[in-house]
This record gives sequence, C-alpha cells and structure tokens, in this order.
Amino acid sequence: MDGPAPTNSAQPELDIPRIEVRDITKRYGNLHVLRGVSMSIRAGEIVGLVGDNGAGKSTLVHIICGALQRTSGTVLLDGQEIDFKSPIEARNAGIETVYQDLALAPDLNVWQNIFLGREKAVGGPLRLLGWLDRKYMARKAREDLDRTKIRMPGVSHRADQLSGGQRQAVAVGRAIGWGSRVVLLDEPTAALGVEQQQQVAELTKTIAAEGMAVLLISHNIPQVYDICHHINVLFHGEIVADLRPEECAIDDVVGWITGSALAAKKS
Amino acid sequence: MSTTKKPSEELTEGDAAKTAGAGAHRATEATAGSAELSYQLEGSVPFFQRFMSRVGSFWTLGVLVLIVLLFEVLTPSMLTKAAWISTADYGVEYLILAVAETFVIITAGIDISVGAILGFSAMAGSVVMQEMLSGHNSVTAVVLVGIAIMLVTGLAVGLVNGLIISRWKLPPMIVTLGSMTAITGATDVLHHGTEITTLPNFVSDLGTTTLFHGWLPLPVLIALALTLVCGIILARTRFGLHTYAVGSNEVAARRSGIHVDRHLVYVYGLAGLLCGVAGLLVTADFSSASPLAGYNDEMYAIAACVIGGASLWGGRGTMFGTLIGTAIMSVLTTGLVLINVQAFWQQVAIGAIVVAAAGFDHIRLQSGDEK
Repeated sequence: MDGPAPTNSAQPELDIPRIEVRDITKRYGNLHVLRGVSMSIRAGEIVGLVGDNGAGKSTLVHIICGALQRTSGTVLLDGQEIDFKSPIEARNAGIETVYQDLALAPDLNVWQNIFLGREKAVGGPLRLLGWLDRKYMARKAREDLDRTKIRMPGVSHRADQLSGGQRQAVAVGRAIGWGSRVVLLDEPTAALGVEQQQQVAELTKTIAAEGMAVLLISHNIPQVYDICHHINVLFHGEIVADLRPEECAIDDVVGWITGSALAAKKS
Repeated sequence: MSTTKKPSEELTEGDAAKTAGAGAHRATEATAGSAELSYQLEGSVPFFQRFMSRVGSFWTLGVLVLIVLLFEVLTPSMLTKAAWISTADYGVEYLILAVAETFVIITAGIDISVGAILGFSAMAGSVVMQEMLSGHNSVTAVVLVGIAIMLVTGLAVGLVNGLIISRWKLPPMIVTLGSMTAITGATDVLHHGTEITTLPNFVSDLGTTTLFHGWLPLPVLIALALTLVCGIILARTRFGLHTYAVGSNEVAARRSGIHVDRHLVYVYGLAGLLCGVAGLLVTADFSSASPLAGYNDEMYAIAACVIGGASLWGGRGTMFGTLIGTAIMSVLTTGLVLINVQAFWQQVAIGAIVVAAAGFDHIRLQSGDEK
C-alpha cells in the first residue's frame, strides 16, 4: 500500500472516507459563513484546513464536532449520516476535538484530565459510590501517552506543570485512549514555541498512523505544508482549492489563502 | 535523559506522585535540565516528605503546633483536658460548616449562607419538636422527626442556592448573601425571634455524651467522622473529581461531558445538608435553639478553608487542610480567651487572618508554586 495507509486490512469500506462533509452551509441571517463546503478525510490521513481569519474554519470545525448546527448539508462518519446535538455526542461517537486552549483542567493531574468525564470506577459495592479506580486510570493513561511518543513527566503531575506541547499530548492522549476515529486539531500550535510545535507535528503524524482521520486547522502554513496529505483552503466560506503539497509550492498555498490565486484564476 | 527511571516503575508510585511536592519536581528539573524530557524520580522521594506533601498542608500543621506552643508559653492552662474539650467543642460547629464550604470553594464558588442555614434548620427542627412534645407523641418519634426536619431543611435551602446559582448564572457571592439575609429573617419568623428550650432530653444527651473518660465529646466524634467521610468523597470518588474539575476549568469540565450545572446543585445541596447536621449538633450542645445560632459563622468557615489551602479561585483544597484550618481557628479563639484578650479582638484577628490567607493564596497562584 502506498500513500496514507489505513491500519486495517484492505476492505471495500476503505474507499469510504472516515469523515465526510457534503455541501455544508451555515447562515446567520443574511450572513453566509459557509457556502456549500464539501471535503473528506480517510482513515490515517492528515488533512489541513487553512484560510484567513473569518474564512469559516472554526465554524466548520464546530459543525463537525457538534458545537454548532449546520443550516444545510450532510456530515457522514464512516458513510453513516450523523447529526450531533452536542460535542459530547460527537465525542461519544469517536470525534475528538483538541482545542487550542481551555482543553485541560490545570489543577487536575494528567490521568484525571485524560479520564475526565469517563472515569473508571472500581468493581463491587464501592462502585455505587463512584469510587475511582485510580491505579487502572494511571496505568492506562501512561500507556496512551506512551503511544503519543512525547516524553512526559509522571501521569500524576498536575496539568499546569506541563509544557504547552505536553498539554497537547495529553489532549491527544484522550483521543487515543477513547478510541477516537476522527481527531480535529484546532490551532494546536498557536501558543507554542518552535520545539514544541515540532513535537505536535510528530504527534499529529503518530495519531494518523494509529488509523485516525486528522483534520488540522492551523495558521502555521509551513507545518501544514510539511505534514498534511492534502490541504483544503477556505476562502469566504468556500473551499477554493484542494492542494497536494507534493504538487504545489508553499507560496501557492499562501496565494490561495489570501485570494490572489483565485483572482489570478478568474482573470 | 539523565534518569533511568522507567515509566512502568513510576506507575506504582502514581498516587504518591500526585502531590509529590515542589522539591522533587525542582530537583528533577535541575538535574535533567528539562523536566519535559525526563521522568520524575518519585521513588527517591523520602516517605515522610511524600506523606507530608500528599496531605498538602505541612506548613499549616506547623503553624498549628506553633500556636499551641505559643499559648502554652503564655498561659500554663493551654495543654490541659479542659482547654482541649473547650477547643474541640467550640470547633465542632465550624468544622462541619468548613467541610461544607470546602466543597463549594473548590468549585470556585462561595457560600455565605452556611451560618444562616445552620440557624434556620436548627430552629425549624426545634419548632416542630416543641409542637410535637406538647401533643401525645412518643419521644422517639419527636426526635426522629426533629432531626429529619433539620437535615431536610438544610438540604432544601442548599439545593435552592445551587439551583439559582447554576440556572440563572448568578455570582454565588450575591445569591448566598441574599439567601443568608432571607433565611436569617425566616429564622426569626419561625419563633418570633426567641429561643426554644423545650426539647427532648435526647437532644441535650447528644450534646453532653462523651467517650474515652470524657476526652472525646460525641459531637466532636460526629464532626470528625463527617470530615473523614467527606474527605474520602472529595479525594477518591467521581463526585470529588468532578468538584475539582468544575472549579479548575468549567469549560473543560463541560466539554468532558460533566453536567456542571447539576453538579453545582449537588454541591450546594450537600453543603446545606451539612449545615443541617451542624444545626443539630449546635442545638444539642446548647440544649436549645437560638435565633442567633450560626451568626457570623460563615467567616470562620471560609477562613478555615482558606487557611487550609483551599483556593478561592477554585480547583484546590483538601479536607485535611480544612481540618487543620479549623483547628487553628479554634485554638486561636480558646487561646485568646485563656490569655484574657477581649472577645472583640478575636473578631479583628479572624478577619485579618482571612484576608492574609487569601492574599497568600493569590501570591502562591501567581508565582505558580506548589500547593
């Protein structure tokens, strides 16, 4: 197999994208934020979503993760039409969003953050009290984090003791641990230093290699160009280009984002 | 990098590492240059240090011992049975309220109405008991109904607080300030602002029974047991974890699927219930229900929490810390009485301590230091 190989053995379903949006529109009164956006991501694939501020990137992400309701259009997860009313429903269905901020509770430690909302209770009568199985969660969190290949201090460290890259790793660790099928990375490197940006890039490749479909929303064009299999450019609520990094130069990407490439094409 | 610790080894130490302390963390950072690329050497942290950082209130415990010793130097009557009983009895009310307050403060909220709920629930239960005693009811029934009314009243007021705070998104400070005023008025309405002294003997027995040759009053035992149970709930259960999560980062808690609003209702309800228990014990202690019961108690409860390391910004605090905080407040009060300081000055001291402790908490957060 060449290209972004899914981890599963070859089956006909592999032609079905893991996540697909078709003709999504979002209107606020007369304001058209999204005008018929279609795109898809296959398992094991990293797709970049770039565009200037106000192009509609966040709106699209919020629609996929259930935080916003679309005006029209379809979202398909493994070929099944889905209609999430909340991010919780989306998360339970395997769509994990990694937010650029506010993702972790700073006073909770790493395993508590990873398991927050899905804590494992012990068996037996203590279960009724919600008695937490701390050993299990600490061990499982360590295993999940090891798969991110980012070196971490102990899983019992508080989140506010971690670096920005490690926090992203914890957020991604949740996705891995919960068996997510789709991971939406919303500006994962916005607040990070160069070295940590590199770590997050590696992290992104790792989760794609785990068989997840990854949508990377970023202003960091060189990084998007570097790690994505293809790049969707959103401009005024429309996808104006679907670029493959091996077939274009990084300046082309920038050109599409600013709209100059579109203008040149039209003229 | 410079450490050979394997992740698997570390796991067994996982829990201890939770609060393994600034010392160990800094040491790792110093030797490895970057904490990020090294595993922590939890195993090398001495047991005592690990224990003390786990309880997280090392310095407050030290302050408590210092205060006790200071008063012992100033007055020879500090380390006596009488002083212990007085201090412990005095602390019962504040300990239970502080335990209630701890849950609330950890959610980044505050409950100013704890003292008022105490007074109201005590009065409500006592009014019913008084009425029932004048009829032909068995004493057992009177006591059971009276206690139930106290607990249910406390719970109900707490739930109302929680509902208003979570549904209307109002600041807890304002809501509980309002309910404090309203409930204090309602307490006076219940019995025309006078106290109730006609109560079943069982109630006063509850207040005067002691164990271990008089060393351990029953109310003290009840308060300590409640503290232990609440401490376990906070540290070991899903409810406790969600309490920390809500206070630490409400948005993250919501995104994780925690029903934040519902949880706040539970927390304020639990606080109210505990205030009801405190109302019962205060009534038992005085063998009467006074309309002044619980007056000004909220300040003591908040002070005990903050001294014990709970952060008014939410997300941090332990029951052990609150226990030590309450002990410091009680010892201060007893000690100041023993060295004949005017009662007015006690109030001045306690107000100052609250502000100082909150200021210390703020500085600690700003410096990003350990708890």
